Amino acid sequence: MNAYLPYLLCLILFCIGIYAVLSKKNIIKIILGVVIAEYAVNLFLVLVAYKAEGRAAIFSDTQVILPETMVDPLPHALVLTSIVIGLATTAFLIALAIRLYGKYGTFDITRMRELRG
Amino acid sequence: MISESIIPLFVAIPLAGAFLIALFKRLKGFPDTLGVLATAGTFTLTILFFLKMEVGQRIVFNVGNWGGFQEVLGRIVGIQLVMDGLTVFMLIIINLVAFLVALYSINYMTKYTAKWQFFSLFLLMVAGMNGVLITGDLFNLFVFVEIASIASYALVAFGTEKRELEASFKYAVMGGVASLLILLGIIFLYSSTGTLNMADMAQAVAGSQRPAIMYMVFGLFLAGFGLKAAIVPFHAWLPDAHPSAPAPISAMLSGVLIKALGVYSIARVFYTIFGAPTEVRIILMTLGAISMGVGALVALRQWDMKRLLAYSSISQVGYIMLGLGIGTPLGIMGALFHLFNHSMFKSLLFLDSGAVEYATGTRNMKEMGGLSKKLPFTGGSTLAGAMSLAGIPPFAGFWSKLIIIIAAVQANHMKLAAWAVLMSIVTIAYILKVTRFAFLGTVRESFANIKEVPVLMRISLVVLALICIFGGLILIPDIRDSLLSPAVRVLSGMGGV
Repeated sequence: MNAYLPYLLCLILFCIGIYAVLSKKNIIKIILGVVIAEYAVNLFLVLVAYKAEGRAAIFSDTQVILPETMVDPLPHALVLTSIVIGLATTAFLIALAIRLYGKYGTFDITRMRELRG
Repeated sequence: MISESIIPLFVAIPLAGAFLIALFKRLKGFPDTLGVLATAGTFTLTILFFLKMEVGQRIVFNVGNWGGFQEVLGRIVGIQLVMDGLTVFMLIIINLVAFLVALYSINYMTKYTAKWQFFSLFLLMVAGMNGVLITGDLFNLFVFVEIASIASYALVAFGTEKRELEASFKYAVMGGVASLLILLGIIFLYSSTGTLNMADMAQAVAGSQRPAIMYMVFGLFLAGFGLKAAIVPFHAWLPDAHPSAPAPISAMLSGVLIKALGVYSIARVFYTIFGAPTEVRIILMTLGAISMGVGALVALRQWDMKRLLAYSSISQVGYIMLGLGIGTPLGIMGALFHLFNHSMFKSLLFLDSGAVEYATGTRNMKEMGGLSKKLPFTGGSTLAGAMSLAGIPPFAGFWSKLIIIIAAVQANHMKLAAWAVLMSIVTIAYILKVTRFAFLGTVRESFANIKEVPVLMRISLVVLALICIFGGLILIPDIRDSLLSPAVRVLSGMGGV
């Protein structure tokens, strides 16, 4: 059970994010939902690379480090990329939220009803 | 023989163009010129590849020269860029449409203030789409999907009026969630196969009993890429986002973006990595059939010209999905050919709607009428696009729909074939609405003084209209064997990856 707990918590975090996106009416909260879900996915990506007692994937002259004890470095590289992409999306969404506030004077998504059909 | 080191240029040229435009935005005429030149450059390169590549050839470029490690370690390290039949086929479509749209935008975008921002974002989007097509690495594909998506969110909001901002917000949130699902699927797949290279993954997945986790991956990819492709349960953003963008961008979004990010990615992931599992094909067929119906029926009651066309896109992507889902070589050929045709006629129709808006200032078809007399080029090209969309022989759209329907009959899906025929009749109904209300009839007094659009816009319209009329010629065996068949062979598992 203990070994699965981090994954379970990660899933719960993801669900909280998706819940916020689906049910909240304030656009700032929706953006926060996207961000939370994104962090859950990034966390999961790091968890995939986790290895108990693992070492950084660097060989050393002074001590013996076996490749088997190293953590997989690739997901760490991927998660950096993913975080940067997330930053771009979040920045864009917040810029949109500011412009929307300027047009409507509210953050309430139910009162933005230009598009129908 | 062609050098593999040219492949990265498909991303590098538009990317460099985007930054140079931002850098030299104050030079008069520079953004337009560079926008057109960059897309013309990538299109020329595509043609070069098309002419020089042998049938069935697969060219691989190792980014950062990591290729040498492959011999030492016995596995692929680093990102590979891969060029095969399907890639070349898709690159031709995207770069052709991008070039014509760039040409069209020179005049059209003068009514907006920040032209350089438009061209900069436009080239970023093209870079993203080209990247999706040429990459052989799954995570890299995700990164390029995001580049293209984020550029398109910004382009949808380009008008910065209430409507555009709202549509863009909806699109960005749904697109953001879709990206998360795709990334989650990639993580699962990586953790179970231990590689990100698509060809390697295909080998790791093939053969052995399929682990249960793969069904989770199927679901995540179907939802994620389905959202990008706007298949029906995931289509809600498209009818808002596509009409809100400026007309050239609507043409890019409907014409090529949903195909590069959605349809192509679905085809790559499910057909080359997983070898077209039956469950997924059934889901694709079902969703395709539903998309066809919903898109076409809702399009019938639209009065906003661009909104009608957007719903029509959902319906036509349904046809492509149906063809892919059938999964026989003929079905896939129909799907790819319809993809080609849809890119051409839907870009054309959106550009036409832009031309009408440019000349008259409205998109509501109730306010139009008799425009053919005033705008002969726009009217004529709309007619060509409409006939191709409706599937009237000998226009290109007829042949692709015919192939899909024949493939459905051959694969014993009689009900789906009948449904496809029925929906193409509905298609005729809604597209006749456009030609009838907008272009035929008497001219309104308020439109007595409108003028035909400028020459550069006309060139784009006429070229696309000619492709719509003569597109059926692709089926001539010589052209088919060099253009369409290699792409089909990649997806149907004969040769290629």
